[in-house]
Amino acid sequence: MEFVTPVLNYTLLSPILILLGGALIGVLVEAFVSKALRPITQLSITLGSLVLALVQVWRIRNEQSMTAAMGSVVIDGPAVLMQASIIIISIISVFLIADTEHFTALAAALPGSDEERHALQTGNQVTEVYPLTLFAVAGMLLFPISSDLITLFVALEMLSLPLYLMAGLSRRRRLASQESALKYFLLGAFSSAFFLFGAAFLYGYSASVTFAGIREAVVGGGGNDVFLLIGMAFLSVGLLFKVGAFPFHAWSPDVYQGAPTPVTAFMAAATKVAAFGAMLRIYYTSFANAQWSWSPMLVIIAIITMLFGSLVAIAQRDVKRMLAYSSIAHAGFLLSGVIALNKAGLEASIFYLFAYGVATVGGFAIVTLVRDSAGEVTDLNRWKGLGKRSPWVAAAFAGFLLSFAGIPLTSGFIGKFAIFSAAYESGAKSVVIAGVLSSAIAAFFYIRVIVLMFFSDPVEDGTSVEIPSALTSITVIFSMVVTIALGVFPAPVLNFISDLATFIR
Amino acid sequence: MNSLTLLMFLPIIGSVVVALTPKAKEALTKQVALATTLVVAAATIAMAVNFQRDNVDLQFVEKYSWIPSFGINFAVGIDGMALVLILMSTVLAPIVVLAGWNEAHGGRWSVKTFYILILVLETMMIGVFAATDVFLFYVIFEAMLIPVYFLIGGYGTGQRSAAAVKFLIYSLFGGLLMLASIIALYVMSGDQGGHTFDLAALSQLQMSSTTQNFLFLGFFIAFAIKAPLWPLHTWLPDAAESATPGTSVLLLGVLDKVGTFGMIRYCLTLFPDASKTFTPMILVLAVISIVYGAFLAIGQRDLKRLIAFTSISHFGFITMGIFAMTSQGHSGAVLYMFNHGFSTAALFLVGGWMISRRGSSTIADFGGLQRVTPVMAWTFFLAGMSSLALPGMSSFVSEFLVLVGTFTRYPVHAVIATFGIVLAALYILIPVQKALHGPTTPGNENLSDLNLREKIAIAPVIAIIIALGFYPAPLLKVINPASAHVIAQMGFTDPAPTNGDK
Repeated sequence: MEFVTPVLNYTLLSPILILLGGALIGVLVEAFVSKALRPITQLSITLGSLVLALVQVWRIRNEQSMTAAMGSVVIDGPAVLMQASIIIISIISVFLIADTEHFTALAAALPGSDEERHALQTGNQVTEVYPLTLFAVAGMLLFPISSDLITLFVALEMLSLPLYLMAGLSRRRRLASQESALKYFLLGAFSSAFFLFGAAFLYGYSASVTFAGIREAVVGGGGNDVFLLIGMAFLSVGLLFKVGAFPFHAWSPDVYQGAPTPVTAFMAAATKVAAFGAMLRIYYTSFANAQWSWSPMLVIIAIITMLFGSLVAIAQRDVKRMLAYSSIAHAGFLLSGVIALNKAGLEASIFYLFAYGVATVGGFAIVTLVRDSAGEVTDLNRWKGLGKRSPWVAAAFAGFLLSFAGIPLTSGFIGKFAIFSAAYESGAKSVVIAGVLSSAIAAFFYIRVIVLMFFSDPVEDGTSVEIPSALTSITVIFSMVVTIALGVFPAPVLNFISDLATFIR
Repeated sequence: MNSLTLLMFLPIIGSVVVALTPKAKEALTKQVALATTLVVAAATIAMAVNFQRDNVDLQFVEKYSWIPSFGINFAVGIDGMALVLILMSTVLAPIVVLAGWNEAHGGRWSVKTFYILILVLETMMIGVFAATDVFLFYVIFEAMLIPVYFLIGGYGTGQRSAAAVKFLIYSLFGGLLMLASIIALYVMSGDQGGHTFDLAALSQLQMSSTTQNFLFLGFFIAFAIKAPLWPLHTWLPDAAESATPGTSVLLLGVLDKVGTFGMIRYCLTLFPDASKTFTPMILVLAVISIVYGAFLAIGQRDLKRLIAFTSISHFGFITMGIFAMTSQGHSGAVLYMFNHGFSTAALFLVGGWMISRRGSSTIADFGGLQRVTPVMAWTFFLAGMSSLALPGMSSFVSEFLVLVGTFTRYPVHAVIATFGIVLAALYILIPVQKALHGPTTPGNENLSDLNLREKIAIAPVIAIIIALGFYPAPLLKVINPASAHVIAQMGFTDPAPTNGDK
């Protein structure tokens, strides 16, 4: 058997390679650097490699290549845009992760054990969260640029496995955190199996695992359509699970609530970009010509997801669970960008993902600040009167909520307008109407939080707002500036996206 | 001073100055706010002088590219109708600031925040009437809700947060329906020659009558909630009851006008055929609003709710005038919008002073004010007379024009609507009698009369009401060409006046 030497374009792959390198160095740091120096070393390595990766992404922004890694990945405009979004979101999430207050002292110790107490007393820190983050980000960068099913699956696992671990690292309520990690893991493994099952069927249909090969088979027709349908359906299950669409959303409220809030922020924002990035690529390229087979299904899922997320969010009393259901509703809105299947839909989705991701990290950053002696306070009833105690923090949170609600002059509105008009253009009027209606429903619970914060009198129960650390402040301020800037002057970003957003196939 | 953009930015600049004033010096904050609104009012009057009355095209047109990838421009321009409404808004603003000098003190937040919200709102009030880009209009239409929401919820009384939320949810719901229609227009414009939000270009779109009907409803429901038209009015009494008098003036006097303004500017211009299709239904709703609002006003015990219900009746008249599709009806409706702004302002402001002195808004708690506080009582009386459209008051002219304009085409509606006038006499005279006349109710003996500041604030309002009652020509000369233009564009000609014995 002849062995072909793989030819890799290291420049185009450099963002991922840099992050993996940083992650490996981070693992070594865990082994060789003294405890006292670890946090600062890890933080610098993590931020350094993320920034370096971002610079590399910027430098390759005009490259296009199908052969960067022997046809396994594709570099094009959307790839660059999604990678850049993921990295920016990750950087501001790492600022939150740097606050060790949220993480357990020793992940391996049983909750409540002597070991744990000892670790807490000696001021132990789980600095391994940094390399885990880098591994996850590397997987996320690979996910939307994969151009065959095998790489796609590897990327899926690469981004998921660190996240499963990170979800279990919470310092408070450790059992809930570990439960959420287990739940995430089991359901994630389940959905991975679905994904693989679908991939196998697609291989059976097209005799190829590459997106180009599947596309050829779909365009050419003649294959066994049953295989294609089963393959698409199961592959979609895997992807819809990652984006948290109904009926594969069950994990997200528990995981959002149980995971340490910085991890929730990272996961909620960055995973969504990566997962939708991959989804957009595969639907826009491989499955585009089978539109009539999957579009009706996705329309139904999108409509139910939007309405379900918005309706159930109304009943939530916990801010993290509320944001989880809100993210389900947003997954529905984003699905309308997939359904649109036109250039406008792709541009709108990328804009929406970035705007939503940044606002989400900003929102969760605020959640990390509201605390009492036992840690974060996520019960909404105890957020009453927050506007009185800390007007700026409450105002920032209100700003993010208004952006989620899609009120004009915020990035959320431009995103919603762009994505709905793209969907309307493609004829998916029912999705637009459902989207508009669920936006109205969703506005209700976002506004209720604003009412709680500003129009209710504070309860004296020890809830206070932490003075944000410098890094957390950067995250909040950056997110706020982006949210408003993209709402008032979105033109430069929209133009930038528009110039780049074309899939090569 | 001929730039609408500049006019829009003046209040924003003022709000920045307000934000910079030291927190301790509340008087300074108020003076800056008052000075800003006075400058804006003066600038608007200067613009009005330069306005060419007989030119039916949009004037003071400005256009800057905003979001080119969606074809969105920051485009403004005004016709006679928009000018009149902007004039009303900017003249009301300093009156509201001066009249409600101490309004902000009972609030949740600082006095500064109150005036920042008011000034930001003023910018949006100008922008919403001036916008000629549908997207820009929508953005301001929705964004306006936020300052009002905080004004009601933060500085109001009673069930203020519930009222604020109700107001916001109703308006957002309507706004989102409008958004769906706007998206459809945008997509259609893309199919027919390039994406645009330009109002003039969108009005040339070809669309099937079914599409037009749906899109019309998207816009109309949003405006009918705003206006508010029966049965979408239920948010208004709550909001008016909870808001401070000044906020109520801006809410009912200006913001609700965006609804009726939008019906003319957007519904009629963009969807002429659908407007004709829905006219019979809308006229029925308008007539119901007139009579229903009047009946409920009669039954109110709370002074602020009473004023809110009278407004629902008045908005019924305005809507009827718009959809009567005659130039008199139209001119009457636009003039009515202007007049209603001032007569409602008079009622709310004087009512607000009565309420804050008495510490109660229940009508039965007043009584015999004529003897204790003659000036306040007489101003309230005049405001009431203006609200019931007594000849000699400005509202009479507009109500008469609306009825005449409606009668020539829809005599039955006009006749039923006339009962609204009779009922108006009841809903105004009953509270006037209860509150002003008769023996002085115990507890009212020591109420103080209007002070100088209050007299200065209310004097221009009363002056405008009476002056326009006798001589409405200056406004009508601005409004008439614009109204005739809209009616002609719709393809209507005024029916010849008939004799009463037809």
